[in-house]
Amino acid sequence: MAKRMENEVNASSMADIAFLLLVFFLVTTTMNPDTGITVKLPPWSEDEAEEVKLNKRNVFAVLVNANNDLLVRGEPEDVGSLRERAKEFIANPNHREDLAEMPTKAIISLKNDRGTKYETYIAVYNELKAAYRELWDEESQRLYGEPYSEDMTIEQKKKIRSKYPFVLSEAEPTAFGEEEK
Amino acid sequence: MSKFKKKTDKGTPAVSTASLPDIVFMLLFFFMVATKMRDSSIMVKNVVPEATELVKLEHKNLVNTIYIGVPLKKWQATYGKAPRVQLGDKFAEVEDIPFFIEKFKAKIKEAQRPMIFTSLKVDKDVTMGIVSDVKTQLRKSGQLKLNYSAKRRQEK
Repeated sequence: MAKRMENEVNASSMADIAFLLLVFFLVTTTMNPDTGITVKLPPWSEDEAEEVKLNKRNVFAVLVNANNDLLVRGEPEDVGSLRERAKEFIANPNHREDLAEMPTKAIISLKNDRGTKYETYIAVYNELKAAYRELWDEESQRLYGEPYSEDMTIEQKKKIRSKYPFVLSEAEPTAFGEEEK
Repeated sequence: MSKFKKKTDKGTPAVSTASLPDIVFMLLFFFMVATKMRDSSIMVKNVVPEATELVKLEHKNLVNTIYIGVPLKKWQATYGKAPRVQLGDKFAEVEDIPFFIEKFKAKIKEAQRPMIFTSLKVDKDVTMGIVSDVKTQLRKSGQLKLNYSAKRRQEK
């Protein structure tokens, strides 16, 4: 009897091996969302930063207390309107006296309390970053006809970001409120 | 009357299962590529807040993760109910952060060290006190690239 070559390998065990490996990976790995708001921290310096003389009109002060209330430029404000106010402050389209002289001189200052909830902090930070991002989008549309994106060339990004530089100064948090103990 | 012999049921499968391993291997490769080996189980309650200005972290091997939150029920007996910092697979204090960072940096090639990101996975109910302490330690250690972990919020 001529030996007939097996032309079909029994593949049932392959499926078992594959399933085992799959289950192993399912169990031992995480699909981390790994998205988040990126921030560049200021370098640490041992001595206190000198108080730079700043024109009050160029500073957009946001204070958050331990009760998660916002105080924007001295008045209570709601997180929802923060983005619009920040945009108006930076761009100052109507050249109001009380808003930033120029976008390049606009500084946002953020001060929390140690008792402020992280959720609130992120919401505030998100709105401020979003204000800048929307300004960058508008500028990018004006210059290049497309929204701002991290994938643009370095020169393009530089041009947009030099018109609206993201300057956010965070102060040491106050300790008035109760930290969660 | 039928011209065809009634086929006796031999129990042969109607669908060929030879391609099943292929499908499973494809799933496997997907998981191998899209996930990261979980290096430690999370011992704190860790529900991240939602945000819209999100950036995806690439180069997962250059990401150093710090968890902050209230310890889970089973750890509360030994570690209390106050929010704590978890570095790697154990609880730690804020002062242990510089050492933890050095350990991580040692595993990274010299040329890639400036691109190291620190991912702060903080539970949304944690208060800012402990978070600012952690940020101060990071600044002292020269790790300025920070990422606040957050979920995507649907833009209203």
